[in-house]
Amino acid sequence: MKVVYPHMGHMWICVKAMLEYLDVEVVVPPPSSKKTLLLGVKHAPEFACMPLKLNLGNFMEAAEMGADTIVMAGGCGPCRFGYYAHVEHAILRDLGYRYQLVVLEPPQKHIGELLGKIKHITGHQSWRRVINGIRFGYHKAEAVDQLEKMSHYCRPRETRAGATDRALQSALREIIAVDRPEKLPAALNNAMGMMNAVSLDKQRPVLRIGLVGEIYTLLEPFSNLDIERKLGGMGVEVDRSIYLSEWINEHLFMGLKKNKGGSKLAKQKAIKYLGHSVGGHGLETVGSTVLYAERGYDGVIQLLPFTCMPEIVAQSILPRVSTELGIPVMTLIVDEQSGEAGLVTRLEAFVDLLARRKQTGKVLA
Amino acid sequence: MYGYLGIDVGSVSTNIVLTGEDGTVKHSIYLRTRGRPIEVVQQGLKQMQAALPGKIKVAGVGTTGSGRHLAGVIIGADIIKNEITTHAVAASNVVPGVQTILEIGGQDSKIIILRNGVVADFAMNTVCAAGTGSFLDQQASRLNIQIEDFGSLALQAAVPVRIAGRCAVFAESDMIHKQQMGYNVPDILAGLCEALVRNYLNNVGKGKEILPPVVFQGGVAANVGMKAAFEKALGFSVHVPLYYNVMGALGAAMLAREATNRKSTGFRGFDVADREFKAGGFACDGCPNICEVVEILESGQVIACWGDRCGRWSNALAHHEKIS
Repeated sequence: MKVVYPHMGHMWICVKAMLEYLDVEVVVPPPSSKKTLLLGVKHAPEFACMPLKLNLGNFMEAAEMGADTIVMAGGCGPCRFGYYAHVEHAILRDLGYRYQLVVLEPPQKHIGELLGKIKHITGHQSWRRVINGIRFGYHKAEAVDQLEKMSHYCRPRETRAGATDRALQSALREIIAVDRPEKLPAALNNAMGMMNAVSLDKQRPVLRIGLVGEIYTLLEPFSNLDIERKLGGMGVEVDRSIYLSEWINEHLFMGLKKNKGGSKLAKQKAIKYLGHSVGGHGLETVGSTVLYAERGYDGVIQLLPFTCMPEIVAQSILPRVSTELGIPVMTLIVDEQSGEAGLVTRLEAFVDLLARRKQTGKVLA
Repeated sequence: MYGYLGIDVGSVSTNIVLTGEDGTVKHSIYLRTRGRPIEVVQQGLKQMQAALPGKIKVAGVGTTGSGRHLAGVIIGADIIKNEITTHAVAASNVVPGVQTILEIGGQDSKIIILRNGVVADFAMNTVCAAGTGSFLDQQASRLNIQIEDFGSLALQAAVPVRIAGRCAVFAESDMIHKQQMGYNVPDILAGLCEALVRNYLNNVGKGKEILPPVVFQGGVAANVGMKAAFEKALGFSVHVPLYYNVMGALGAAMLAREATNRKSTGFRGFDVADREFKAGGFACDGCPNICEVVEILESGQVIACWGDRCGRWSNALAHHEKIS
């Protein structure tokens, strides 16, 4: 059995660590690229959102590398992501791929359903070892998130263009190379040292922008045209409203690890504007925008794939949040038609707007 | 005496403006880009040099428009800003207290909302080209009318025809249908102006609060029919500034003045017009993205390059000191 799972930012690093720790053979598809998207667009329904198209492309590229089992998250609720695993599987079957499908989703009747699926992938491993594996993967996710956060701080302040990117790449390689849980702390230390070695100009004035929106577009740099790097290059320190480890902690461990941040606070903040869940991360988008306004950020950018229902609901609410709390908000919608020049122009204009606003110190009418 | 150059390289036109220290326009040049931005910038510089009074010294250069990076590299710009910022800066200098800018160019239309002299909000056309200058141009030539006469003809209309303006393709077929029904040309032209204004306000303006004073600029502002249609739809008068078609370049010049305050300029001199620039390119095979990387060469030497997603090529050439 060769297991493949779709790309979502740096998620592959921790899932790979977890599965390989459990002696499962893993095929990591090549990073999402134009070719991936092309494959997906060709075979997916036109109105499906970009994540589905990229997933499909990932699976097709992985098949060439010998993968035969798909592990995919499922779900329930108003967002259609819940049936993506099955739709993707059906499309692949029609195309002649012989994939086995394992969907990890909240059990409907009995916890045994979920456990059964995990056993199916991991074979004859003891539960104790399975839990250790999961913990290992989770710690890697935490490490990767920490490095990414450091890169967000460094990028607008670096004195040599591109230094942060290079440091982050080598720091991540350090984390990826770890194959035993006990080696992880040392590797993380090393990696953080690399990030700290980037020479910075700490006096430089920077703008702070919060990124909110749909989780896949937030985490996958290919789908958002590398917005974090682009903003960093324009002298903006970004903060992402969702980090992988926080999401795992909340959705898979039911918030087992305390004080980890996450969406609880954001959901409380959203209540004033949106009273109930709309699926996906609609609530969190509204709530995080409120939080960024309260924390004195200069602006917020919402990211979503075209046709994403929960985010469209949030998008229609954000103008009210923006006027009431006085924080500029811009929405960027991405799909395979997105042009880079258009995105860059909008980002530049938005950043200029924020910079001028900060300079004059005037409050908006 | 010092002067500041502003260069706006757009899809249809390339504009060069020279302002004095006080921000007044000394000379402006309007050229067709014709898909050859490098040549046109060089040609414009030559014309500018010839037209300048000898004593003026260029103390700062700014570029804007879709070709801003290209022009910026060639000329050694002190500041490279996009159209939204430059238009806002220019309009608020020309018309103090402006609260709304309607801007329709060849390829893009945008709305900029200013409050207290600061950009508060902006939007650009998202989906379709209906409602931009190129579409008007095309329809005028299909009806065999000079684009310069478009507006005055439209003003002669008695009853403007209602034309479906959601999309350029449908607008055209609806226009053809109305022609075949026997409507006269002025009524159709006026209807087209109203359709574009409706389309602009619904799809670009989309619920934004349009407060006077309103400035209408960009090449399309030359069209008096469009101005009239805007005034009819908004219910108050719309101001078209004197230099409506070079506002981007004007704003770039003003920003260049700000940027070079107490600093020396990066301007490489008017003789860049005589140097040989070439754009080359290749498909990078470093990863499956197969990015098309563009290189700008000056006498065989690569001076800039862009187009790569990962920064492998563009970072290699990037300035060691970050400007930001």
